Amino acid sequence: MAEKPRSFQEIILRLQNYWAAKGCAVLQPYDMEVGAGTFHPATTLRSLGSRAWAAAYVQPSRRPTDGRYGENPNRLQHYYQYQVLIKPSPPDLQDLYLGSLEAIGIDASLHDIRFVEDDWESPTLGAWGLGWEVWCDGMEVSQFTYFQQVGGHDCKPVSGELTYGLERLAMYVLGVDHVMDMPFNDPQSPIALKYGDIFRQTEEEYSRHNFDGATTEMLLQHFQDAEAECQRLLDMPADDPKTGKRIILAHPAYDQCIKASHLFNLLDARGVISVTERQAYIGRVRALAKLCADAFVQTEAGGFAA
Amino acid sequence: MPNLLIELFSEEIPARMQGKAADDLRKLVTDGLVEAGLTYEGAAAFSTPRRLALSIENLTAESKPVREERKGPRTDAPAQAIEGFLRSTGLSLEQLEARDEKKGQVYYAVIEKQGRKAAEIIAEVLENAIRNFPWPKSMRWGSGSLKWVRPLHSIICLLSDEGGSEVVPLDIDGITSGKSTKGHRFMAPAAFDVNGFDDYEAKLKRARVILRAEERAETIWNEATNMAFAQGLEIVEDRGLLAEVAGLVEWPVVLMGPIGEAFLGLPPEVLQTSMKEHQKFFSVKNPKTGRIEKFVTVANIETKDNGETILKGNLKVLSARLSDAKFFYENDLREAKAGMGKWLDGLDVVTFHNKLGSQKARIDRIAALAREIAPAVGADADKAFEAAQIAKADLRSEMVGEFPELQGLMGMYYANAAGRIADVAAACRDHYSPLGPSDEVPTAPVSVAVALADKIDTLTGFWAIDEKPTGSKDPFALRRAALGVIRLVLENNLTLPLNAVFASANKDADGENLLAFFHDRLKVFLKDKGVRHDVIDACIAMEGNDDLSLLVKRAGALSAFMATEDGENLIQGFKRANNILSQAEAKDGVEYSFGADVKFAESDEEKALFAALDTAEAAITPAMASQDFAAAMTAMAALRAPIDAFFTAVQVNADNEIIRRNRLNLLSRIRTTCLAVADLTRIEG
Repeated sequence: MAEKPRSFQEIILRLQNYWAAKGCAVLQPYDMEVGAGTFHPATTLRSLGSRAWAAAYVQPSRRPTDGRYGENPNRLQHYYQYQVLIKPSPPDLQDLYLGSLEAIGIDASLHDIRFVEDDWESPTLGAWGLGWEVWCDGMEVSQFTYFQQVGGHDCKPVSGELTYGLERLAMYVLGVDHVMDMPFNDPQSPIALKYGDIFRQTEEEYSRHNFDGATTEMLLQHFQDAEAECQRLLDMPADDPKTGKRIILAHPAYDQCIKASHLFNLLDARGVISVTERQAYIGRVRALAKLCADAFVQTEAGGFAA
Repeated sequence: MPNLLIELFSEEIPARMQGKAADDLRKLVTDGLVEAGLTYEGAAAFSTPRRLALSIENLTAESKPVREERKGPRTDAPAQAIEGFLRSTGLSLEQLEARDEKKGQVYYAVIEKQGRKAAEIIAEVLENAIRNFPWPKSMRWGSGSLKWVRPLHSIICLLSDEGGSEVVPLDIDGITSGKSTKGHRFMAPAAFDVNGFDDYEAKLKRARVILRAEERAETIWNEATNMAFAQGLEIVEDRGLLAEVAGLVEWPVVLMGPIGEAFLGLPPEVLQTSMKEHQKFFSVKNPKTGRIEKFVTVANIETKDNGETILKGNLKVLSARLSDAKFFYENDLREAKAGMGKWLDGLDVVTFHNKLGSQKARIDRIAALAREIAPAVGADADKAFEAAQIAKADLRSEMVGEFPELQGLMGMYYANAAGRIADVAAACRDHYSPLGPSDEVPTAPVSVAVALADKIDTLTGFWAIDEKPTGSKDPFALRRAALGVIRLVLENNLTLPLNAVFASANKDADGENLLAFFHDRLKVFLKDKGVRHDVIDACIAMEGNDDLSLLVKRAGALSAFMATEDGENLIQGFKRANNILSQAEAKDGVEYSFGADVKFAESDEEKALFAALDTAEAAITPAMASQDFAAAMTAMAALRAPIDAFFTAVQVNADNEIIRRNRLNLLSRIRTTCLAVADLTRIEG
């Protein structure tokens, strides 16, 4: 049994090392605002098509409505997810996953680890899968999903997706009650930093921004722009006159889809979207996600063979 | 005779699906075996989070050979007919037998099916069962196309008898059958072989898996109650939760822990709901204080620290959850004490249905209707109005946002906090009731008024925008709402003619159509109580059928009447009179409805019928006026003997036209008298 980790970053590093050792490509976060690690094209788009894939990465995630000005012990509008996606899902994925818990200091012979039914569905991505939330001593520490459909396409082969809520998991492993008190780097470091030293102020700023600051007219306009741009990019002919190559703009279009999704989340936090409109907005983002998925499977990475 | 053991070992099966899956496995396999000609003496199926198992005892070792004879065409039949017969039997002409029959030579096909080995049949049946398993939701995994509830890892398919055991070979998309399984995921992960069901169950137990769900549930319940008892406490019984928890563990280990002092002030329902929904904890009550003071959690593992780490972790999660709940409750109480104004305003921006306006608009309608209904249900109109206005305020509370199932109940706590009187607070809690056919019906007048107004507003609203239930589709649960109104009216014995209520609830609703919907629901409701549908029809056809209490009283009396010998015979007499009369009326083109005169009566029987009708009419009219259906039916029953005697002795269609007309007019009196009680023409048989 490995020694207990002492900081938030050590847990991240151990996960990185563990999944690297298991053969995953350790990617970096996607450079856009997303609501969850699933939105990273390394998951959404790469779960489509026939080509094998194995990636792991940290993804900073933003959920504007979850802002609590840094006061809530475990609710944040900006947090980190650790994401693993392996396609096709290997037969020993559960064991691999349990190995990762051991790597971060959770001794399976002392704890009560359980796989509890949880069907995953993302209405904005037109995606669903079956799996579990994984409980450790009654606390949800991960999502475990076998993707069945993404962007309206059947996943063949099926990807196995693991998502760890890093703050919550780390708080548990480190025995911390308030996220802001959690050591970010090693507490023995010359300059020891806690999570709060890094994020308390930004949680305040963004909470105020998300709930009261952001200009709604601008957000609405940006939503429409992103939506139009996404469609326009996908409407462009596949053959690029300049290079003479077949270049489908699946990823740039998907960026616009991500953007629209985040703008919708911001608008939601500002409270300007009514219950009935909500469904309509979600439907609009889903339509974009589907178009992007349709485009991606026409590309080489999406398994398209000319 | 051999025994069969099947195990389908997979990743964790959702708890709620396990029981039915075990039954389905048993049914699919045993049905398939029987259909293929095998018999067996007993079959039992089992489930744990990671496996479905089936044990079949004393299975026949092979199916019997079957000899089937089919008669074909005559030997001199056209070639096409003979070819068709060959095709349908799969035989060639030489294989047919020609037999001499009376009408000439006829071809016979004799088809002999060999008996088949059990193993061969089992392999086919099990593969078919796996590929067509009725999971509520199933999935693919890896690169395969097989579907199962979660990835399927291994299959045991083993036939065993005194001589030993043998694997039934099977290969389903690369998963081959064997005789090996695994024990508890953490405590005994190694694979082991088994040689039959008894060995399987015993070895599983050694490998820390209790195969039987009911044994796991019993273990949990016994340990939990003992543990609570030892401290003078008791477990709050929850069978649904017990079954679910038994489906979450292979080796239950019961742990009990305290609820922090800071949270004991929360309403017990909040504690119970939060612990159950989020963490699958049982609540532990102190019978002396009536409070929920501890919890029981069920772990799936024995640890060297006796569960200390596990309990500590669970306590931590519980405190976080209850801190949330406490935070919500305290915020809500502040809002309630301030008069709930913010919640009520907030309901204005929540759409109930895009064609029916906001929740606020809906509440205003319900409040107006509750005030109107109040006198009829014995409630104070102002209190009913007040209760309806705040009954849904809790929908905007933080607690109900978190736990929607606490709607109504929180409304009561908050109404109390707001200083409203007990009747009003109770109406907040009870106005959703009854929700199901066995749910308790409110009886407090204010609650009844609001409960009725809520449901009738919903029904008339959806009727007005033409969103009625069709077939199996009833997205707004309108059938349930109608049944709720029916039970509220009947069980409180209310006189509440619905037509007027519908009209004032929503003038755009087609009240006649809605009443017919109510009558349909009422028929279903009464049928379950043993009232015949034609009896209900006979009463629905009468006036005042929008007064459900009256309608049911009439149906009850008629039903009782029809169960007597007099009743049954009277119906026959009535029908005879009605048939003769209707035929005569059709033939003569007139209506015989007036002027039967006793002076034209010839026989004693005829005179007696006149007298009996006079008596019956004199009794029935006042009985009907006072809605004493039983008395009316008794009076009607007295007609049975005179009517029977009349038909035995008297020929209605006499040659003398005056006498004939008089008799038809007499029959008309029978009809009129009987129809005043119920529309007996609708009674069948």
